[in-house]
Amino acid sequence: MDLFEYQGKQYFAKYNIAVSAGGVAHTVDEALVEAEKALYPVVVKAQVQVGGRGKAGGIKLANNSEEVRLHAGNILGMDIKGHLVKRVWIEHASDIAEEYYASFTLDRAAKQHLLMLSAQGGVEIEVVAERDPSAIVKLHINPIEGLSLATARQAAVDAKIPARALDGVADMLVKLYECFTKGDCDLAEINPLILKPTGEVHALDAKVSLDVNASFRHPEWEEYAATEELDAREQLAREKGLQYIGLDGTVGIIANGAGLAMSTLDVVNQVGGSAANFLDIGGGANAELMTAALEVINSDAKVKSILINIFGGITRGEEVAKGIVEAVKRVSLRAPIVIRLDGTNADEGRKILADAGIPDSQLTSRPTMLEAARAAVALAK
Amino acid sequence: MAIFVDQNTKVIVQGLTGGQGRFHGLRNRAYGTQVVGGVTPGKAGQDVEGIPVFDSVEDAVKATGATASFIAVPPKAAPAAILEAARAGIGFVVCITEGVPAQDEARVYATLQRDYPATRLLGPNCPGIISPGKCNIGITAGEIAQLPSSSGPNVGIVSRSGTLTYQALYELKQQGIGVSTCVGIGGDPVPGTSFVDCLAEFQADPETHAIIMIGEIGGSAEEEAAEFITKHVTKPMSAYIAGVTAPAGKKMGHAGAIVSGGKGTAQGKMDALRMAGVKVGLNPTEAGSLMAEIVHSLR
Repeated sequence: MDLFEYQGKQYFAKYNIAVSAGGVAHTVDEALVEAEKALYPVVVKAQVQVGGRGKAGGIKLANNSEEVRLHAGNILGMDIKGHLVKRVWIEHASDIAEEYYASFTLDRAAKQHLLMLSAQGGVEIEVVAERDPSAIVKLHINPIEGLSLATARQAAVDAKIPARALDGVADMLVKLYECFTKGDCDLAEINPLILKPTGEVHALDAKVSLDVNASFRHPEWEEYAATEELDAREQLAREKGLQYIGLDGTVGIIANGAGLAMSTLDVVNQVGGSAANFLDIGGGANAELMTAALEVINSDAKVKSILINIFGGITRGEEVAKGIVEAVKRVSLRAPIVIRLDGTNADEGRKILADAGIPDSQLTSRPTMLEAARAAVALAK
Repeated sequence: MAIFVDQNTKVIVQGLTGGQGRFHGLRNRAYGTQVVGGVTPGKAGQDVEGIPVFDSVEDAVKATGATASFIAVPPKAAPAAILEAARAGIGFVVCITEGVPAQDEARVYATLQRDYPATRLLGPNCPGIISPGKCNIGITAGEIAQLPSSSGPNVGIVSRSGTLTYQALYELKQQGIGVSTCVGIGGDPVPGTSFVDCLAEFQADPETHAIIMIGEIGGSAEEEAAEFITKHVTKPMSAYIAGVTAPAGKKMGHAGAIVSGGKGTAQGKMDALRMAGVKVGLNPTEAGSLMAEIVHSLR
């Protein structure tokens, strides 16, 4: 789960990482109140989960209330690369002497934590990596040993952070690492990490991605889930407890298992169609889950046909088929269904589908994934 | 032969008295797996349809001589359960639990490496392992796995995805091709056992003559496998990678299945495997057909 900048900064603050005083605003009036609190000059920052906000005009300096009114008015409601700006973050403007970069992630290949640190901050790290890879220090950290202040300081030395910022950066790295590990982040990134003229090191931005598998030990994450930007289909799917990702195509997809669902998307694409979604109903595939899945797909106006791809393992073909028949009766579908049912007792399952009395215009069965995909794509055209 | 588990493997189920543990533990026993005990703290002396329950893995190992453990406990409890099994000297731990935090997985992996190098962890978030006719640990439906033939050729399967593993098993069964062992390594960011670990075992296993590998987007495990194949695998292989059309930045069901920063794409993985001499199918059926061709050429 990706956090907005303001949420990331609030999260950082819990781990004593220095961030600017500020507040979030949904309206111009709220922005004025937050600006008074933060003290002028302030920066008005669009809160969207996409890079390149500054270039798009989503970050502005304001020296007084008129400027806050102007900029907040412009930025709220702005469309930045398809993301609608619903809120702005107002913070006290910082004086910047230098800009650095710091992040912690999990390096899956090494199965260790990875610190990336650079004295060249303020630009995307991928750009630095391309322009001057030697400018980025990469340090693996054993998860059960952790990061000591001495190691962090050495990393800062290696990254050619100037002497006057070394202690501040090292301290910051240790705190950011704690936030990354104890805070169950997939990513904790500060870019830019700034050195103020006064010598303090400070997080000017915050990019935090949380591992939702750790939600059980972070009840405070509920507020972040509430602001997650889901479309109506994704919202409905979440309420029904389904693994769903909305896409732009016309073939609605239901499969059991994440790998099979991904594979179904691929096959639909291979035969010239496009998937409207990713939807994994898991191993069970019973009538309740199938009904919920069909309701979500049915809520998508773009869907022209529905492809159900089920491989029966422990859940037998006849149980799956009964679930589908029951669900089709419950939901008044706008689009025809093509089913591919395979695996344990698939023949019995197909017979149940064939004998259910559902007209062919509403439901047809195909023996293989490829044939089913072709049929569904033809119906969507 | 087979890899990791066979007819001599003695299995305990951590969480045997829970819903998942009971259901799959009993299924595994019905398949013929030696399920010799279960572990649920505070329930020693009870039994689940004749399988004795112990308070700790240590007690279970002492009483039964178990060599493998099947962990079916909730995500909160899984890290401690894995380490308890390792501490008790269990050599092969299968953890099917979905939803273990990545930070916990990384710490457990590092702890096993440092303190219990003799213990191999499969998973978490994996379907398990089956050596057809010998041993089935996990959630695989045993009846869809073709028994290996004594004269060969037999195929080894290694996969990051559960249902696609079944799909592969099923397609081989349809074609009458025997399976030596089928390993589901799971779709999480820090799997205890990697493609490379399985490929090394399959390469060394005289009963395995060819290998199917099923990967998916995210991470670099398939690229590492391709590098290993180039250097060390002489047995013919086919492969399939799921997620060609997956949008960047979205987790496709599995915690580890995500394309980020242009890395971990299906195309990159397919290219790497092709370069290593692996026949790559564009869908699971095609990978199965390619394997059938390989097997026929070996016969």
